[in-house]
Amino acid sequence: MEKILEVENLEQKFDLSTGVLGKFKFKKGRLVKEERMVNAVNKVSFSIDKGKVFSLVGESGCGKSTTARTVIKLVEPKGGTIKFAGEDITNFTPGQMLKYRKRMQMIFQDPYASLNPRQKIIDIITEPMLFHKVANTKKEAEEKALELLHKVGIRPEQATRYPHQFSGGQRQRIGIARALAVEPEFIIADEPVSALDVSIQAQILNLLMDLKDEFKFSYLFISHDPLHPYTKVLLSAVPKLSGTNLKRSRLVKGEIPSAINLPSGCYFHERCPYARPICKEEMPTEKEVKDNHFVLCHLY
Amino acid sequence: MFFVLLTAIFGPYFTVQNPYDLSDIQLADAYKPPAYLEGGDAKFILGTDQQGRDILSTIVYGSRVSLFIGIVGTLLTCAIGVTLGLISGYFGGKIDALIMRIADVQLSFPTMLIAIFLMSLLGRGIANILISLALVGWVRYARIVRGEVLSVKKQEYIEATKVIGLPNFRIIAKHVLPNVITSIIVLSTMQVGSFILTEATLSFLGLGVPVTRPSLGMICSDGYQVLFSGLWWVSIFPGLYIMLIVFGINLLGDFLRDELNPKLK
Ligand SMILES: Nc1ncnc2c1ncn2[C@@H]1O[C@H](COP(=O)(O)OP(=O)(O)O)[C@@H](O)[C@H]1O
Ligand SMILES: [Mg+2]
Repeated sequence: MEKILEVENLEQKFDLSTGVLGKFKFKKGRLVKEERMVNAVNKVSFSIDKGKVFSLVGESGCGKSTTARTVIKLVEPKGGTIKFAGEDITNFTPGQMLKYRKRMQMIFQDPYASLNPRQKIIDIITEPMLFHKVANTKKEAEEKALELLHKVGIRPEQATRYPHQFSGGQRQRIGIARALAVEPEFIIADEPVSALDVSIQAQILNLLMDLKDEFKFSYLFISHDPLHPYTKVLLSAVPKLSGTNLKRSRLVKGEIPSAINLPSGCYFHERCPYARPICKEEMPTEKEVKDNHFVLCHLY
Repeated sequence: MFFVLLTAIFGPYFTVQNPYDLSDIQLADAYKPPAYLEGGDAKFILGTDQQGRDILSTIVYGSRVSLFIGIVGTLLTCAIGVTLGLISGYFGGKIDALIMRIADVQLSFPTMLIAIFLMSLLGRGIANILISLALVGWVRYARIVRGEVLSVKKQEYIEATKVIGLPNFRIIAKHVLPNVITSIIVLSTMQVGSFILTEATLSFLGLGVPVTRPSLGMICSDGYQVLFSGLWWVSIFPGLYIMLIVFGINLLGDFLRDELNPKLK
């Protein structure tokens, strides 16, 4: 099966200290260099088949959004590789990425923040179309935009309105239309329904699935709730959670500050009720426990 | 406010004289008190000064100079400050650090001191005042705009433009700027008032406009020399008019702040 996305050992860190000067602190009368790093993504690997939905599930704050933002290169990866349609895009410059921007898009979590409040709906949709030359004239773009809006359930006479005149569900529909505007092959949906009313969630999820069947793109579908009945329906690939862990470096008294204080062995051993001594020593390796089911744990 | 603007624009057609046209003024008319006082002349409602200039006319002409400096100075300051604030906030990093350090250094000196220093360096003149005001005022714009950009930049709609791949310049101009424009408008209104006052102070100190195009502040200064010899009206009326203008501008600013804030609607 052809892969649309292959991610290997992806790493993302954020430096919390502000500027060069922020790195130096006075401790016990001495000037010491201190780095406060957030290890948001630690060696995450997964791959997505063309035309399939891949679900990335994990608790809040475990680095799902950061993974998404790194994969789509909103932030530069700090380690690992990202391959899109067989091409290694890990170190692509913004200029080199331009071609790929048309092929991969994103649907955001918060429909109240993802639409420019000063832009009319029609302009929100035509802007990417014209930029990526999906449409050549403004008129053509507008026709296409209205058609697309119709598909996601927005009426033509609503197209000249501004975002604040719509409900959360409608805004998310507009956000979906914007992602589809450039006719992408791959869409990242970062918790696209978590900000919406439960009654609306099903509608939006159904819409997302219908659109996938119609336009034949692949999804990276992010959710924090694996038990949600609708998320279950979406799972056509089983999530493989590896190293979705976050640890902030904490300074131990008397110790010389080190850059990053990740726990040794399995990152989870401090929190895991099944932890055994080996978990403290060694990072487990990947094992296929069932067909297409991968696990990183010493228990298997 | 509209009254003040209309007066400045059309006022000259109605005044009894052009106070800066020598052929228009008569020395015989000098030292006339306001019309309602004993010895006043109905022609000169607010009296005349030492050279026989009608005070009302000087106010009308002076307000033109004051408003021109206030408004053009603000536009210039706005252009510089907003550009630097956008760059600083959007790109961050070294360029941001550089711009903000310069701003910090400048903020550690009193504004008036810098303005006085610049004016004594550049010399009198309207263009020089505008330059000085811009150099003094950009910091406020840059800091406020930068702060707003930092919060707008984090919004998902800006990330969306990056996912689309739009160039930075376009993102700034079409997606960031329109979302920080409200505070720029409010700030600019207030800035016009504040610049009129700064200019008045400079001119009062003899560091402002040239003698040939006196502003309200300059007229006050001229009148100040004879304030205690009984000709109080020469200085007091222009002074009151400055107050009226600045007060009106600040009211307008408050009104715009409430009106343009979508959260209050
Ligand atoms: N730009 C950033 N700077 C510093 N820390 C960040 C940044 N972005 C995310 N983080 C941190 O990384 C962790 C993972 O965040 P996120 O990817 O948003 O989690 P999720 O989407 O799974 O809820 C969080 O602890 C968050 O505070
Ligand atoms: Mg998230």
